[in-house]
Amino acid sequence: MKNEPLVAVTDYLQITDVNVCFDEATIVHSASLTLGDGQIGCILGPSGCGKSTLLRAVAGLENLCAGNITLGGRELSASDYTISPDKREIGMVFQDFALFPHLTVAENIAFGLTSWSKTERQQRVDRLLALVGLVGMESRYPDSLSGGQQQRIALARAMAPKPKLLLLDEPFSGLDASLREELVPEIREILLEEQVSALLVTHDQMEAFAMADKVAVMNEGTIHQCDTAYNVYHEPESRFVAGFVGQGEFMRAIVVDELSVDSSLGRLHSKEPHGFVENQSVEILVRPDDVLHDDDSEVTGEILSKQFRGSHFLYRVILPSKQQLYCFASSHHNHALGEAIGIKLDLDHLVMFAERPSV
Amino acid sequence: MKWVNISMGAVTALVSVLSFSPVVAATEAAKDNVITVYSSRKEHLIKPLFDRYTAKTGTQVRFITDKAGPLMARLKAEGASTPADIFMTVDAGVLWQASEEDLFRKVDSPVLEAAVPANLQSAKDDWYGLSIRARTLVYSTDRVKPSDLSTYEALANDDWKGRVCLRTSKKIYNKSLVATMINTLGEEKTEAIVKGWVANLAAPPFSNDTKTMQGVVAGQCDVAVVNTYYYARLMKKDPQTPLALFWPNQDGRGVHINVSGAGITKHAKNPEAAQKLLEWLAGEEAQGDFAGLNQEYPVNKAVKPSPVVAAWGDFTADDINVEAAGRLQAAAVKLMDRAGYK
Amino acid sequence: MLSLSPIQKFVYRLNNSRRTARVLLSLPVWLMAIIVLIPIGVIVLSWLHPQTEVWQHLIETQLGFLLKNTIILFVGVGVWTLVFGVSLAWFVAMCEFPGRRWLEWALILPLAMPAYVFAFVMLGLMDYSGPVQTLYREWFGAKAYFPYMRGTFGILFVMTSVLYPYVYMLARSAFIHQGRSALDNARLLGLSPWASFFRVALPMARPAIAAGLSLALMETLADFGAVSIFNFDTFTTAIYKSWFGLFNITAAAQLASLLLLFVALALFTEQHFRRGKVHQNPLQHQRYQLSKTKAWATTLYCSTVVLLAFVIPVMQLIVWIVDAENLVWDQRFSELIKNTLVIGFSAAMIIVCVGLLVVFGRRLLGYRQNSGLLRIASMGYAFPGTVLAVGVMIPFAYIDRELGQPITRWLGVENDHVLLGSMTGLLLAYLIRFFSVALGPLSTSLERIKPVYQHISQTLGANQWSLVKRVYVPLMSSGILTALLLVLVDVMKEMPATLLLRPFGSETLAIRIYELTSEGEWEQAALPALVLVSLSILPVIIMIRRSGIRLRDKQ
Repeated sequence: MKNEPLVAVTDYLQITDVNVCFDEATIVHSASLTLGDGQIGCILGPSGCGKSTLLRAVAGLENLCAGNITLGGRELSASDYTISPDKREIGMVFQDFALFPHLTVAENIAFGLTSWSKTERQQRVDRLLALVGLVGMESRYPDSLSGGQQQRIALARAMAPKPKLLLLDEPFSGLDASLREELVPEIREILLEEQVSALLVTHDQMEAFAMADKVAVMNEGTIHQCDTAYNVYHEPESRFVAGFVGQGEFMRAIVVDELSVDSSLGRLHSKEPHGFVENQSVEILVRPDDVLHDDDSEVTGEILSKQFRGSHFLYRVILPSKQQLYCFASSHHNHALGEAIGIKLDLDHLVMFAERPSV
Repeated sequence: MKWVNISMGAVTALVSVLSFSPVVAATEAAKDNVITVYSSRKEHLIKPLFDRYTAKTGTQVRFITDKAGPLMARLKAEGASTPADIFMTVDAGVLWQASEEDLFRKVDSPVLEAAVPANLQSAKDDWYGLSIRARTLVYSTDRVKPSDLSTYEALANDDWKGRVCLRTSKKIYNKSLVATMINTLGEEKTEAIVKGWVANLAAPPFSNDTKTMQGVVAGQCDVAVVNTYYYARLMKKDPQTPLALFWPNQDGRGVHINVSGAGITKHAKNPEAAQKLLEWLAGEEAQGDFAGLNQEYPVNKAVKPSPVVAAWGDFTADDINVEAAGRLQAAAVKLMDRAGYK
Repeated sequence: MLSLSPIQKFVYRLNNSRRTARVLLSLPVWLMAIIVLIPIGVIVLSWLHPQTEVWQHLIETQLGFLLKNTIILFVGVGVWTLVFGVSLAWFVAMCEFPGRRWLEWALILPLAMPAYVFAFVMLGLMDYSGPVQTLYREWFGAKAYFPYMRGTFGILFVMTSVLYPYVYMLARSAFIHQGRSALDNARLLGLSPWASFFRVALPMARPAIAAGLSLALMETLADFGAVSIFNFDTFTTAIYKSWFGLFNITAAAQLASLLLLFVALALFTEQHFRRGKVHQNPLQHQRYQLSKTKAWATTLYCSTVVLLAFVIPVMQLIVWIVDAENLVWDQRFSELIKNTLVIGFSAAMIIVCVGLLVVFGRRLLGYRQNSGLLRIASMGYAFPGTVLAVGVMIPFAYIDRELGQPITRWLGVENDHVLLGSMTGLLLAYLIRFFSVALGPLSTSLERIKPVYQHISQTLGANQWSLVKRVYVPLMSSGILTALLLVLVDVMKEMPATLLLRPFGSETLAIRIYELTSEGEWEQAALPALVLVSLSILPVIIMIRRSGIRLRDKQ
C-alpha cells in the first residue's frame, strides 16, 4: 500500500499557480491543486492559512490576481476575468449552513432549481430528502431542525442543481464531536452516491482522512503537499506537513552514508537513498507509533508526561541524549512519571529533513 | 413572495401617479372659465363665497391657501407661467409688498373704485381691500374700568406694569400696528412705547389672540390688544365672559385698522373673469358675508356690518392709507426686535 | 484543457465588467444625493447676494438668544429623549413587570401625535388660562407657584413626549436582539447591575440609539409648528422672520444654510457614534424578574409616560370635540381623510422603493462605497419644511418654465405645471424630506442578513436580481413594512411642504389643522387632529405587531 501512485484519472479540477490578494496582502500564494472526476479532495490546514479563501476563489466569490482555475476543461477564473458564481455550476456548503429562514426545507432544497419543471423539481427534492434521510421534513422551517439535520439540508440544497463540483467549507465545525463522527462517513456515502466531485476545507485531519481521496496541506497561503491521505501522513514533503499531520517529533541524526544515519537510538537504515551528504546533520520524523515500549531494550527513556487514551498510553520520554520522543504503549503498561522505560525504534522508512539552522 | 408583489405594486403606483397627475391638472386647466386664487385668507372664510359665485355665474374658482410669504415666493418663482389669477391676503402690508415686487397688474374698475375707500386700496390701483379688521383693546370687566383706558400708547405707562398681554410680534397684525405707529409718531417715540409695552407684560407674548384674551379672563393680566373678530368668537362661545372691547385713540388718530384684500396677478391667465370676481366680492351682494363670516367690517360703506359687530358701536378709525403698514413693516420688525418684543 | 477564445473572454469581461455594474448600482444613491443637493444648492447660492443690513440687525438683536434657545432645545431634547427612550426601552426589553405586554406597544403611540397637535393641546390644558392651572389656583390661591408652561420646560416636555419613541423603538429592538448573555457574563465578571448596563448593554446598543437620537434631533431642528405655538424663538424663527417680516427671502435662505451646517455636523457625529456592529443573539430571550416593589414601580413609571405623552392629550382632544357646538363632519371631511391617505401611501411606496434601490445598490457594491453620498441623501430630514418647500419650489418652477411647458405645448396638451403644484412635485419633496426615515429600517434589516446568503444564492445559480427578489426582500419584509409605515405616518403629519406644494383641491388633515390652529381655533382643530392621530396609530400598531421581535419573544 505504501507509496501507491495516484489513480490516473484525468484532472477534472485544475487550480494552477493561483494567487488571491486582498488590497495589498496576498492571502494565497501560487497554489496548485488537481482533482479527478468523482473524487473528493480536501484542503487541510490551520485556521487562517488561506484555505477558505482558496475555496471561495474556486466558487467565484473571490477574484484571482494570478493563475487560473479550470473545471472540466472550462476556464472559470484567471487574473483578468471571472465567471460569476451563479454561472459556474458549483455548489457550496457553508460553515454555518445558512439555510434560508423564510423558506421550508423543501423550498430551501429547491432554491437552485428554478429552471426545472415542477415535476422534475419535486422528484429531485424527494430523492435528496431520501438520500439525506429526512423524508417527512419537507414543510418544516430551518429553525425547528437540529444541527445535524440542518447540515444535511444544506448539503441537499447545494447538490440539488447537480453541480459539477461541490465545495464544503468546514462543514462539520459547527457540530459536536459525536455527531461529527456519525456524519462524516454518512456524507461521504451521500457524495459517492450522487457521484459528485467535491472539495472540502477543514482544519481537522481526521475529517480529511475520513472524507478525502486526496488531501492538500496548506499553510500561510501555500499548498505544501497534495497527495493521498496515506502519503501525506507517511511521506510528508515538508517539515510543516510532517508537524501538522499526525503527531511526531524530530530526532537529530548524522548521515553516515547514503542509506544510513546515526541517532541517539542507534544506526537507522533507509531502503532508498535519502539524498543527504555524509556527516550532514539531519532530523528524522519519529511518530509515536514508530516508538515501541520494550522492556528488553538497552535504550531507556525517562517518562516526562503521560496521557491515558483508553486502549493505550501516550508517553513523552526523554532520552539520555536529551532528545524527547512520543511513545505508544498498550494500556496495561502503566508506568509512573519519572520512571525509566525501555524503548525501541520501529521505523518503516526514514523521513528526513536538513537540520534547521540553530538560532 | 407577497412582498415582491407589494413592491411591484409600488412601482406601478409610482408610474401611475406620475403620469396621472399632470393629466388631471391639464383637464382642469383646459376649462376657460376657471379662476385660480392663491389665498392666505383661510378656506372656511372664502370657500362659501366662491361656491355661491360658481352657482351664480358658472365660473369655477379653485384655490390654495397658505401663509402669505410662501405664496408670494411661489408667485415669483412661477413668473409668467403662474396659474394664479388672484392673490388674496389678510394684511395691507403684504399687499403693498406684493405690489412692490410687481406681482399685481393695474385694474381699471370703476366698480372697485366706488366700493372701496381710497385709504383701503393701492395708490397704483393694483389691489383692493375687501374687509376691515380693527385691532383694538380688550379689558377685564372685573378689574378694569373703561375710564382707565385711553390709547395704545398709554399701555406703556407704569400703572399698567404686569397687567398687559400681547400676541407675538411675529404676527402680521402687530407688525402693521407698529408700522402705522411709526408713520404717525415717528420711530423714536414708537420704540419708547413698544419698550414700555414689553416692560408692562404680565407674561411673554402669546401665539394667538384667543390665548391672549384667555390670559385676561384667567386673571394673568388685565388688558390685551386683539382683533375684534377673535373677541366675537370668544364671546359667542360664552357670552358671560368678563371681557369688553375698548376703542382707543378716539380723540386722536383713531383705532388701528387693517384690511383683508386682493389683487389680480401680473401674469393672470383670466384677468377679466378675475376682475369680475373681485367686483362681485366688493359689491353689496357679497360684502355682508365676506366680512360677516368672520365678524369683520365690510369695506363697502353701503353694507352694514353684522348685528354682532354693529352692537360694539361706532368708532373712529385711523384713516392713514393702509399702505403705510407695508412700507414700514421691515422697520417695525426691526424696531420690535430692538425693543425685545418677541 | 479547453482554453477560451479571445472573443469568449471579451464577452465574459463585459458580463463581469465591474465598472458597468458599479455605475448601475451606484445610480440610485447618486440620483438621490443630487435630488437632495438641488434645494441645498438653491439655498447655498443665496450667499451670492450678501444681505449685510439684515444680518447686522439679526446679529445685534436676535442671533444671541436664538442660538441660546436653539442649543437649549437641541441639548434638552437630546438628553431627555435619551433618558426616557433608553430607560423605557431597557425596562420593556429586559425586565418583566405587570402590564409589560401592553406598555411595550403603548409607549410607541406618541409617535402618532404630531408635535404641533401636542403643542396646542398641552397649552390649552396647562397654560395659565387652562383648566389645570385654573383649578390649581382655586385650590392653592392665585399666588401659588406653578411652572411656567410656555417656556423651556413646556417646549421640552412636548418635544420629548413626541420624539422619545424614536429612541425607544430602536433601543428596545437593539436590547432584545443583543440578548442577555453578554450582560450575564459581565455580572459573573463582577460588575454591578448598573455597571454592566453602562459598560456592556449601552455600548452594544449604541449604534441603534445613535440612529434614533439623530432622527429625534433632526426633527427638533426642523420643527416650526410646535415652537411657534409656544412662541419659543429658535433658529427657524429667524428664518421665518427674515422671510415674512423683513421680506428678505435671500437672508432667510442664508440662515437656512447655516442651519444645514449644524445638521451636517450632527449627522457626522452620528455616523461616528453609529460605527460598530449590529449585535445579534438569536437565543431565546429571557427577561429579568424584578422584585414586587420594583416591578410595580416600573409599571408606574412606564404608564405615567404613556398617560402624559398620549392618553391625556387624546382625552383633551376628545373633550374639545364633545364640547364643540358647531361640529362639522361633512362630505369634505371624508375627502380630507381620503386625500391624506392617498398622498401618504403613494409617498410611502415611492420612498421605500427608492430606499430599497439605494440599500441594495450599496449592499451589492460593498458598504464602503458611496457613504458620503448617502449622508447627503439623508440630509433632507432636517430641512425645516418651509425652507425645503422653497428650495424645491424655485428649481421646480424653473424646470416647468424652461422644460415642462414647452414640451407639453409641443405635445398639444394644455397644462399649467408638470412639477410645481402637481402630485409629482409634492411626492418629490416628500422623497427629499423623508428618505432618511425609510433608510434607517431598510438598511438595518438588510445589515441583519448575513452576507453568506448572498454567496449561497449565487452558488445556487441565482443572479443579483433573483437574489434581491427571492432572498433579500422576503428576509427584509419586517424592515420594509416598518419603513413604509414610518414614512406614511410622517407624511400624514407633514405640514409646511404640503401647504406650499400641494395640487389644487388636495386638502389634507394637516392642512385643515394648520388653517384652524393658526387662527387660534384649537377646539375646532381637535377633530381633524384626533382623526389624524387615529390614522397614524393604525400603522404604528401594525408596525409593533409585525416587528418580528414578538415572534422570537414567545416563551
